Amino acid sequence: MGAPVTVRVQREDFDLSAEVSKLSSDRPDIGAVVTFSGLCRDEAGMLAALELEHYPGMAEAEIERICNLAVERFGLQAATAIHRYGRIIPGENIVLVVTASPHRQAAFDGASFIMDFLKTSAPFWKKEHLTDGTAGSWVSAKDADDTARDRWKR
Amino acid sequence: MSTVNLVYFSWVRERIGKGEETLEVPAAVVTIADLLAHLKTLGEEYETALEHQNVIRAAINQEHVEHGEPIAGAREIALFPPMTGG
Repeated sequence: MGAPVTVRVQREDFDLSAEVSKLSSDRPDIGAVVTFSGLCRDEAGMLAALELEHYPGMAEAEIERICNLAVERFGLQAATAIHRYGRIIPGENIVLVVTASPHRQAAFDGASFIMDFLKTSAPFWKKEHLTDGTAGSWVSAKDADDTARDRWKR
Repeated sequence: MSTVNLVYFSWVRERIGKGEETLEVPAAVVTIADLLAHLKTLGEEYETALEHQNVIRAAINQEHVEHGEPIAGAREIALFPPMTGG
């Protein structure tokens, strides 16, 4: 049996410490847990909210595929990834990645890998709603995100 | 002719004006690239949505595919812009 991978795509918020506990409780073999959470920025007061659209079914499947790649490549003992959708206001959580391994480097690398691939291949799209009331636009994909993903090529 | 189930997301969905549809396409439409070219003949909204054809991403049965991928037997074909999650 492989390492446990937990993936959720949900509208509601998540609790970082609860997710870490779920992943690491009764697992004395785990030596390192890395937690990454991505939040909605206010863009210097310009942003009222983000609207996150996703492709139901494919979003979960793609994140799970990415987590399984990370488990295999870095020898992770467990991985959790949660991505929210719907309307999210500045300061709120968008995404959570938790990875566990015997030593720290694999957990750090695994979390980075999952985020880099999630950003470029999990089917989510962000639309901005601005504080001045104007119709927001869809966020453009960044070349820097492709570059971050490509550094894992080998 | 064959029947395709299409789903659209983000600005592709907004520009086409609907999230999903079922269409009959000519037998000459073999790949995703053929499908994009065919859709662009269906009206101004499709032309606008798919204008920059090379940036459009596609998935067949919820898995990413390249534009050269054959669409035969696809249950569901999705068209969308580059992803911006995370």
